[in-house]
Amino acid sequence: MFTATIFLPLIGAIIAGFVGSRLGNRFAQLVTVLPMLASAILACVILYTVGFEGQGETVHLFTWIDVGTLEISWALRFDTLTAVMVFVVTVVSAMVHVYSIGYMSHDPHIPRFMAYLSLFTFFMLALVTADNFVQMFFGWEGVGLCSYLLIGFWFEKPTANAAAIKAFVVNRVGDFGFLLGILGVFFAFGSLDFDTVFAAVPGVADQSFNFLGADVHMLTTVCLLLFIGAMGKSAQIGLHTWLPDAMEGPTPVSALIHAATMVTAGVFMVVRLSPMFEFAPVALTVIVFVGGTTAFFAATIGLTQWDIKRVIAYSTCSQLGYMFFAVGVGAYPAAIFHLMTHAFFKALLFLGSGSVIHGMHDEQDMRRMGGLFPKMKVTGTLMWIGSLALAGVPVLAGFWSKDIILESAFAAHTGMGLYAFWAGIAAALMTAFYSWRLLFLTFHGKTRADNHTFEGVHESPPIMIAPLLVLALGAIFSGYLAKEFFVGDGMEAFWGTSILMLHNVIEDAHHAPKWVAQLPTVMAAIGIAGAWLMYMLRPSWPGKLAALIRPVYQFVFSKWYFDELYDMMFIRPSFYLGRGLWKSGDGAVIDGVGPDGIAAATRDIAGRAGRMQSGYLYHYAFAMLIGIVLFASWFLFGFFQ
Amino acid sequence: MNLAADISIAWPEIFVAVTAMLLLIFGVFQGNQSARLISWLTVGVMFIAAVLVLSSHSGRTVAFNDLFVVDAFANFAKVLLLLGAALTLILAMPFNAREGIPQFEFPVLVLFAVLGMMMMVSANDLISLYLGIELQSLSLYVLAAIRRDALRSAEAGLKYFVLGALSSGILLYGMSLVYGFAGSTGFDNLAAVFAAGDHDGAPIGVIVGLVFIIAGLAFKVSAVPFHMWTPDVYEGAPTPITAFFAVAPKIAAMALFVRVMLEPFGDLFEQWQQVIWFISLASMTLGAFAAINQTNIKRLMAYSSIGHMGFVLVGLAAGNETGAQGVLLYLTVYLFMNVGTFACILAMRRQGRMVEDIDQLAGLSRTSPKMALALAIFMFSMAGIPPLAGFFGKYYVFLAAIQAELYTLAVVGLLASVVSAFYYLRIVKLMYFDEPLDAFDQPVGKEISTIVIGTSAVTALFILVLWPVLGSAAIAAATLFAV
Repeated sequence: MFTATIFLPLIGAIIAGFVGSRLGNRFAQLVTVLPMLASAILACVILYTVGFEGQGETVHLFTWIDVGTLEISWALRFDTLTAVMVFVVTVVSAMVHVYSIGYMSHDPHIPRFMAYLSLFTFFMLALVTADNFVQMFFGWEGVGLCSYLLIGFWFEKPTANAAAIKAFVVNRVGDFGFLLGILGVFFAFGSLDFDTVFAAVPGVADQSFNFLGADVHMLTTVCLLLFIGAMGKSAQIGLHTWLPDAMEGPTPVSALIHAATMVTAGVFMVVRLSPMFEFAPVALTVIVFVGGTTAFFAATIGLTQWDIKRVIAYSTCSQLGYMFFAVGVGAYPAAIFHLMTHAFFKALLFLGSGSVIHGMHDEQDMRRMGGLFPKMKVTGTLMWIGSLALAGVPVLAGFWSKDIILESAFAAHTGMGLYAFWAGIAAALMTAFYSWRLLFLTFHGKTRADNHTFEGVHESPPIMIAPLLVLALGAIFSGYLAKEFFVGDGMEAFWGTSILMLHNVIEDAHHAPKWVAQLPTVMAAIGIAGAWLMYMLRPSWPGKLAALIRPVYQFVFSKWYFDELYDMMFIRPSFYLGRGLWKSGDGAVIDGVGPDGIAAATRDIAGRAGRMQSGYLYHYAFAMLIGIVLFASWFLFGFFQ
Repeated sequence: MNLAADISIAWPEIFVAVTAMLLLIFGVFQGNQSARLISWLTVGVMFIAAVLVLSSHSGRTVAFNDLFVVDAFANFAKVLLLLGAALTLILAMPFNAREGIPQFEFPVLVLFAVLGMMMMVSANDLISLYLGIELQSLSLYVLAAIRRDALRSAEAGLKYFVLGALSSGILLYGMSLVYGFAGSTGFDNLAAVFAAGDHDGAPIGVIVGLVFIIAGLAFKVSAVPFHMWTPDVYEGAPTPITAFFAVAPKIAAMALFVRVMLEPFGDLFEQWQQVIWFISLASMTLGAFAAINQTNIKRLMAYSSIGHMGFVLVGLAAGNETGAQGVLLYLTVYLFMNVGTFACILAMRRQGRMVEDIDQLAGLSRTSPKMALALAIFMFSMAGIPPLAGFFGKYYVFLAAIQAELYTLAVVGLLASVVSAFYYLRIVKLMYFDEPLDAFDQPVGKEISTIVIGTSAVTALFILVLWPVLGSAAIAAATLFAV
């Protein structure tokens, strides 16, 4: 069962990828969707047996690398954490697969698309079931590759190619940190097996090593390097720039990879490695800071964007920030809880926006939308549900998970925890605001679309709506149903040994003051009211406000100038350096001295050698005699030595 | 030793000598119209001689007061040179008939030259060595100039003669020095003298004499800096003669060179190794570079053979058994590649006229694909591309050089072979990628096509016969070191 869950998507991907184009679109869809659905059903069973009956196990497949002291096996580690992740990944992926049948129906490359999706799912599952660092890295790189392929799926679009390359390159930065972290782990522990490493962590918690003359705390260093990897994959501030651009890919891709699964891999990795991070408090503090900052900063940008998908992308970025500061304060279950609920409502929002884009014939700019609700009642309703869940309105999924995160941050009673708490509260306000800004601009008020487009707006077909309904169920109920096990009294029994918490901060969170628990809800209400005021009641106000605080608005609208900064700091110097090395290094030195130079020298020598052959006998005889004299002297001097 | 025993040991040479004289008398009476018959008879004589050589017992025996030696090494070289001479003679027959070389002396001269070569490889004394060389050389001088009315042929013959005479003088002078200082001309005696000599080395006179002998022999194998006659003679002589020059005398002279260096002067290895090292290095380099600018394919082949001799000398410079084995293997390979290539060159005729420009090969793959394929095989083989024959030749001499720790020589040799690959592959490029010119005359003739097919098959499939050839070469090489 465990093995089948992981490898069904791979089988689908291989068949669809290699023979799909020959056997037709329908075949490619069936051969990927059916295994995916089967895999999702199996995942539900696994979640039940592992999470609630505690029958976790590690399935050893085969030995992969066995060199010296390094022994790496290919094994599937199934504990509660993995089971939850497998459940989230397969369910969302299955829904996205089904949705794609409708969404991509007019695309000429359906088999390729379906194969990539399934391949991605396989890599993601390989990542979450990893039993050692190398296997995790395999999945990590694999999802990165699929992300690249899918962002650039419409390869004839230059912007899509640019975005794909950007995503890949920015992720390389993070991956490099991750790789260094893995090497650091091997250096510190002599093993890359999770169990071996985790068991050895308390023993090396106080060790330090000498780097460039300074003593550095080893575990902190390793954890920070690993966290850099997580930052890249999960688009945390500094390495977030690729995520908004990744929206160039097809919308199902955005829903699956850039909202629900791949971007949460960083969170998952830190939680998986909780036995290491727990002993590196400095690293955790850094994580809290980065997470809190990202939550706030991405939310501000979300306030100003006009592209419907970009708003949701920044929202994703911001929500990932929540998860990270939850991890940072030690509330790992809360982070995973939010990861799960977020996967449902964010995939719902993305697929909903995809439905809008589909209905509007590829229009993504909210300034040319509005008043769509009467034409797209189901999509509109589902988007409302998703937004309510995202904003943390009571009883919906986001309410439970966001509350426990903020309470944990508050209950951590550290300076950084409080910083994250207030950043999170501010972000909650903004989240509600931009969500309803999106809803109002898209579905309500008078339409700003031209007549022709507006006439053509239509509800999406059932094959696209059905997955949305499933996800909506998740967005409504998953929080309420799961809270008891994830972060409530059943917590310890549920998680078992898969997560290590030295200090149970969740327990403290339950005893936080009442106002802490109520503040997020109040903020959400204020945000919704604010959006209603500005976009429904007084539509002229946003423009006036933007003009009033013009520098601030410009700064936020330009995404805090991160892209420009990177362009100046890294991209241009790289181009100059590259061009310099190419022209003077490769062209002048290597070609000049190397191939071209050798060829020219050969020609020259050949010419000289030819000229020696004068045709005159006495020249020839002279050469012979000179040769004899030369050799005789050589011999004699050698003789007299 | 009685005379009968001596004769039985030298039986192949005596057979060749007697039949050569008989054929000469036969030709005198029959006139030029018998040239073709005499040619075939000569081929038959060579064949019988080869059978006689092969059937002689393999141990080392000496005859005629130690002037003459028969051992596996000599036999191996004799078979090779007889084969080379016979093949080139077969190639020459249609050419001679067509191009107006009617003389019946032609095959007889070839036979006398072969006799000289057989004497050379069996020489066990400086005097018999010199006699063999002179018999060979005098025949070759005449052959080079056999087209008396053609200016270039006459020029080639004259140049060859003058420079050959010079080298003979040098060789003879060296021998007299060696005799004067070592007191003997016999190889066995010389070896004994040098083996017993004190460790400060041989007397200066011997050293100088050795230099002169090396110079004389280097001239015969056309090694740098005694190579300068080669391109002119190759270009000027009639093409079958060039083919003959490129194969049989080279094999004989190289075998002789190896024997002289390793047997009588084997204990002076330390001294002569550096000179051979330099000659080898210079030959490889010059052969590679000077050929690049050539437009005449016969001149190109001249430089190519200079380069090949450089590679063979790598084996000699190594001075070990692997080296001698590599020399013999290389010479075997060289024989087939060169005979085949010259057969192709002989097929380069357009409207009854020979063409010798490399550019004329353009587009040959479309006008006569089989010949282009064969020539491509020879070129790839000469460039040393595995698994063709040329690769194994180079492999074993370089292996010997590495064993003898001559790393510089091996590296330079490899680089030279890279450079030389340029002009070999340029011919392939001309044939396969350039616009075709008019087709060459068809058919090329039974003799040529048979030999091209045979030699290209051997060159391409050499790996199948590699182990037997290598085995007999090893036995032959071992006899040089057994003394």
